[in-house]
Amino acid sequence: MADTGVLETLLRRIEKVDDGVDSLEVATSLGVDHQVLVGAVKSLQALGDLISAELRSSKHWELLGEGTEIAEQGSHEARVFGSIPPEGLGQSELMKLSFGKIGFSKAMSNKWIRVDKAHEGGPRIFRTVEDIEDQVREKLLLVQRGNSSKLEEKEKNELKKRKLLSEVTVKSYWITKGSSFSTTITKLETELTPEMIANGSWKEKKFKPYNFEAMGVAPDCGHMHPLMKVRTQFRQIFLEMGFTEMPTNNFIESSFWNFDSLFQPQQHPARDQHDTFFLSDPALAHGFPPDYLERVKKVHSEGGYGSQGYKYDWKVEEAQKNILRTHTTAVSARMLYKLAQQEKFTPVKYFSIDRVFRNETLDATHLAEFHQIEGVVADYGLTLGDLMGILHEFFTKLGITKLRFKPAYNPYTEPSMEVFSYHEGLKKWVELGNSGVFRPEMLLPMGLPEDVSVIAWGLSLERPTMIKYGINNIRELVGHKVNLQMVYDSPVCRLDS
Amino acid sequence: MPTVGVKRDLLFKALGRTYTDEEFDELCFEFGLELDEITSEKEIISREQGGSKASGASDVILYKIDVPANRYDLLCLEGLVRGLQVFKNKLEAPRYRRILNNERRTAAVRPHAVAAVLRNITFTQERYDSFIELQDKLHQNVCRKRSLVAIGTHDLDTVSGPFTYTAKPPGDIRFKPLNQTKEYTAAQLMSLYKTDSHLKHFLHIIEDKPAYPVIYDSNGVVLSMPPIINGDHSKISLNTKNVFVECTATDLTKAKIVLDMMVTMFSEYCSQPFTVEEAEVVYPDGKTCKYPVTYLLPSSCSVEPTEKIAQLLTKMCLRSEVTGVGDEIQVEIPPTRSDVIHACDIMEDAAMAYGFNNIPYTTPGTYTVANQFPLNKLTELLRQDLAAAGFTEALTFALCSKEDISDKLGKKISETRAVHIANPKTAEFQVARTTLLPGLLKTIAANRKMPLPLKLFEISDVVLKDETKDVGARNSRRFCAAYYNKSPGFEVIHGLLDRTMQLLAVKAARGDGYHIQASDDSTFFPGRCAEIFFRGKSVGRLGVLHPDVLGRFELAMPCSALEMDVEPFL
Repeated sequence: MADTGVLETLLRRIEKVDDGVDSLEVATSLGVDHQVLVGAVKSLQALGDLISAELRSSKHWELLGEGTEIAEQGSHEARVFGSIPPEGLGQSELMKLSFGKIGFSKAMSNKWIRVDKAHEGGPRIFRTVEDIEDQVREKLLLVQRGNSSKLEEKEKNELKKRKLLSEVTVKSYWITKGSSFSTTITKLETELTPEMIANGSWKEKKFKPYNFEAMGVAPDCGHMHPLMKVRTQFRQIFLEMGFTEMPTNNFIESSFWNFDSLFQPQQHPARDQHDTFFLSDPALAHGFPPDYLERVKKVHSEGGYGSQGYKYDWKVEEAQKNILRTHTTAVSARMLYKLAQQEKFTPVKYFSIDRVFRNETLDATHLAEFHQIEGVVADYGLTLGDLMGILHEFFTKLGITKLRFKPAYNPYTEPSMEVFSYHEGLKKWVELGNSGVFRPEMLLPMGLPEDVSVIAWGLSLERPTMIKYGINNIRELVGHKVNLQMVYDSPVCRLDS
Repeated sequence: MPTVGVKRDLLFKALGRTYTDEEFDELCFEFGLELDEITSEKEIISREQGGSKASGASDVILYKIDVPANRYDLLCLEGLVRGLQVFKNKLEAPRYRRILNNERRTAAVRPHAVAAVLRNITFTQERYDSFIELQDKLHQNVCRKRSLVAIGTHDLDTVSGPFTYTAKPPGDIRFKPLNQTKEYTAAQLMSLYKTDSHLKHFLHIIEDKPAYPVIYDSNGVVLSMPPIINGDHSKISLNTKNVFVECTATDLTKAKIVLDMMVTMFSEYCSQPFTVEEAEVVYPDGKTCKYPVTYLLPSSCSVEPTEKIAQLLTKMCLRSEVTGVGDEIQVEIPPTRSDVIHACDIMEDAAMAYGFNNIPYTTPGTYTVANQFPLNKLTELLRQDLAAAGFTEALTFALCSKEDISDKLGKKISETRAVHIANPKTAEFQVARTTLLPGLLKTIAANRKMPLPLKLFEISDVVLKDETKDVGARNSRRFCAAYYNKSPGFEVIHGLLDRTMQLLAVKAARGDGYHIQASDDSTFFPGRCAEIFFRGKSVGRLGVLHPDVLGRFELAMPCSALEMDVEPFL
């Protein structure tokens, strides 16, 4: 807070004038530094609408160090002239003076002095004129008195070139009366206090205005991970559509349930070391339902259920190999088998969202583990149109209405369709996921009725999340290398907006 | 998914019209293909080896087309064009015919061998290149890098049947291999090809066998030593008129598929198009079989009028007729379509020909009541309230190195009950995690620059060996939290435990409720660790981490942590 005296003086000055006052002029007339007045303006502004101040900038000329010296003592050439007595002065004597050298040449060119080089005792200098007019000093004095406008631009620039003057920008306030102008200063309260409420003093008090431009204080809180927020939304969508959640808490799966039960042949490339993580410990699984195992073996090696089969030597040893599941469809297979063991078939709708593992080469969009979203419907007489209809409903809930289906190949679905949607931002069709009708070679050995079809679809959780949050590198979303600031700052997830 | 590269102009010439890239992309989409890339040899070389090497390369435009993994009949220009032309009703589906012939082959040893002859074929440079490339594509795909099937092609006029398929010790096989100038023994060949960038990948298939397979003609000329190399004597050229194709295999079904593909694709260029001569294979037991084989498969359906379905199928190279018996259609499956093994495969082709995107959407009336998986339901509820308690959720990997769950935590790997991965590509994937703590500590380490304190939690699964399960392992749902600050803040983590128990409606009491009691654990600072008991059973631990553990995770500040099972609270 600036000195109250200055504040009140300033307010009284403003009161006297009709329009306003310039802070620089007030400072000059009060004989205080301009900065003191600037402080006063700021303090008054903080007290509400006492005054209004408009920042102005003006340019003016100021003397530099040498200029000030000249204004006080005269120009170098004038001082040279002044120091020469009527009988003249030895040149060596003159040169000993501080201004001698510069002043000499300038006085010579002004023809104020002459040199007698032939004088006995060395060159000697004499005045050539009686009086001189020290114009430089007079010009500088004009500037010093604030009358620089009386000089011509050319003159000012010449002095500037001699480093005697410089042009400076001065910022000042144009101060006028504010809407609640008063010459008395009341101290503003910062906050409402319990005492004020108790004694009612708030009614008389004036309060310091808030700065609504500033940000608030961030609340001290925890945050949920964005991918998990998206997972919650997908769960919600499935639940809204009447799908029951499958127990997918088994990362370790046997090749039997992951591949063989899905009618994926044992030489299929997906079962390669390059694509699947196999376990060394525990290496093998046991306890497959024996009758079912025989039926699976038969449909692979000999066919049946209207199929020719793959006609190869199916080995239980291959089926026993434990792996990290490559898809949650392994769980769907277990669930459908369980369903087939019911005394009477009942239609079901299942879903799951959980981790799956691929021994893939890693890049910006592929990790060794990701979350798979899967939906399965089993009922009598389901058609391809039903699958497309359900996918349409599902994706509409994600805010995606324009779908296109591409024929594809998948060992356990026939027909198989890749689902594409038109991405307005990327201006192209992007693949969303895969879908299809499970093959009879998968369903009939389980014991499901012949007229039951099972439709299913799957997609990754990471991909829609990356598109939604504009993340290009999957490592910025999943794993320990994520930036927690991203987690802190991520908004709530509404997939349909 | 295999990718086939075809010269665009050649493709358009064969298709009888030109397409814009967009039009062709659209055609591919309908047909279940994907136009993956538009490029040129020059572009490929300059991308892979640098611009300077590409200066002399061809800039003829290439289409790279992704083909479904089961459609071996689309792996070459000939097959693609035939499929697309029939699909667009521009061409009638060819019928492949067999002609009897007296070539004989004797198979003295397993594995299987099948063979056929393309008679009076006319090669051009482009046809020849495509023929060689198809062999290559088949070797890579259905042949599983020659391990299941190996193809040999020969100029029939340079050799004389019957051919003998036998096996001999490597020292006894001696011949001049393809593109070499002198004779080698098989043993010499194996060491010669050790440095061959292409062939070295196939040597392991027979390398350690006592005898190598070999095919001789009636005069003792070596045709090939499958699956490694053919003889130079019978090599085919642009002038070859009669091609003898043999496939040797460990899987007879695959051998037949491969042979069918080779001969059906190129029978187009025979003087009698789409004909192929079959070769009779005499097995040691005297059984005879004739190849290739075609088969018929009936199908029934009810969505569209049967006549329409029959037309649609014909469009997909599946010649179909209405039988008049109910809705039955008789479909003739050409040898090119080895992917058709069930009526549902035929139905897919009908749907494709109809156009997937022309099928109206319907909503099934399947009435079901949704249920959440109870463990996931509890997890979802807890996550909400833990975030509300001021902790931020981390999401870490389920796979990690052995070190992460043992040495770094001051434990022995043998104590961990971890499942081990047999084929990890890097140390990051050696085991499935047995604890969530390393993931949280790594997350903190990666975020050391963030303002303190860091308060993290995760609820997720770890994997433990469990002999009672069919796979010998099970998941266990865990809740883990860590507090990282200038002071250890045990009271903060302890407070979080109390809050969690409050959320789970478990009161602080011995016996019926929960309590903690001092415990020793090498992960924690001595005297700063407690075990959590729920209804008298240990469910986890909390404490101040050992400075050695902090150091191994590159953490400079004290840290307290909590990890406990979730499943007992269901």
